[in-house]
Amino acid sequence: MNTERLVAMLATQPEPASAAALQRYAIAMGCGAGVAALLMALLLGVRHDLGAVILLPAFWGKVLFGACLAVGSLVAAARLSRPGVRLAWAPGALALPVVAMWLFAALELAQAAPSERMPLVLGETWRSCPLLIAMLSAPVFVAVLWAMQGLAPTRLRLAGAAAGLLAGTTGALVYTLHCPELAAPFLGSWYLVGMLIPAAAGALAGPRVLRW
Amino acid sequence: MKVSSQTAAASLHQGERVTEPVAATNNKEARLRELLVRGLAGEAAAYQAFLKELSAHLRGFLRKRLARLPDEVEDLVQESLLAVHNQRHTYDAGQPLTAWVHAIARYKLVDFLRRRGSRDALTDPLEDEGEILRFADYEAVDARRDIGRLLAELPDRHRLPIVHVKLEGLSVAEAARLTGMSESAVKVGVHRGLKALAAKLRGRR
Repeated sequence: MNTERLVAMLATQPEPASAAALQRYAIAMGCGAGVAALLMALLLGVRHDLGAVILLPAFWGKVLFGACLAVGSLVAAARLSRPGVRLAWAPGALALPVVAMWLFAALELAQAAPSERMPLVLGETWRSCPLLIAMLSAPVFVAVLWAMQGLAPTRLRLAGAAAGLLAGTTGALVYTLHCPELAAPFLGSWYLVGMLIPAAAGALAGPRVLRW
Repeated sequence: MKVSSQTAAASLHQGERVTEPVAATNNKEARLRELLVRGLAGEAAAYQAFLKELSAHLRGFLRKRLARLPDEVEDLVQESLLAVHNQRHTYDAGQPLTAWVHAIARYKLVDFLRRRGSRDALTDPLEDEGEILRFADYEAVDARRDIGRLLAELPDRHRLPIVHVKLEGLSVAEAARLTGMSESAVKVGVHRGLKALAAKLRGRR
């Protein structure tokens, strides 16, 4: 078949371009976050003193931290899903909450007595926190890569990393409902590690999973 | 099969390789974009004009980039055209067409070079988006790989809808009656079949 014939074939009765790809993103986020919440409730359980904790500003700082990163990575993933769309301000929007959290962490550490500093960083759950966040990110991870396959990312490693980061930030957001930690030095380190595990997995998987 | 049936618009340029000045590429961007938007709205003639013009630009771009592999150019032109068609839902009308087309062509080029295991051209800067509309090459040569033959290898649920609807020009209803498939199965068959065809193109080199 020569190129002219191919052009004629493609242009014959052009099927309307489907809007299904955007729906896929919505479905992926909804289902992924839903399954993650279910996993958290069943395997870990919502923290029993949640009613008291939601009155603390530190709790909302933690939620805001996760939410800002989730929105930033959603924008980055959506942009990287289409050919020729620049990331523009998305990396900056991702850096901002991290820098803010580190500033708070530095402030808390500076004000703490030297002997209290390590406990502020390690909390009581530093060993399990990153792994649990990574575990809770799995449903969104699979769902978002599936949604991305319906679009056309051209920078596969970066797109995979953005998909992983979106999964990690959503997982972290769900995890806040279980997690007992509130100290900024803890959040700025172990939450970040937990989010970066799926991001790294996405960067590794992207070139294979997202090819088109 | 030698390409002999160049139609009116393209035959004016037969054998001609064009390098456009910058102002002309701006006009071209606007014109191509209008054709694509009309095509996406279902206007077959506009869509065909878009793809035809685009194939000349893809050929110009790829021939320049694959100067050492001239025999591969037409295959990659066809693969890129199919990619543009399959991914047309990712074009946002508010976006410069040049950036979108360039990103797809560059992606297909890099993917092709990676498949071949050659890394040389990857080090070339490919960031100049305007490049894609600056060159046009209307001199199609034979593709080495026959898409028609790959089409014949698709399973019936993909192949028959494409043959009846896209090649013979039957309506979806007629194709459904002829094949005994439902109309939605015919539509899905065309859509998935063209994606399967693209997968075959990149799998077979």
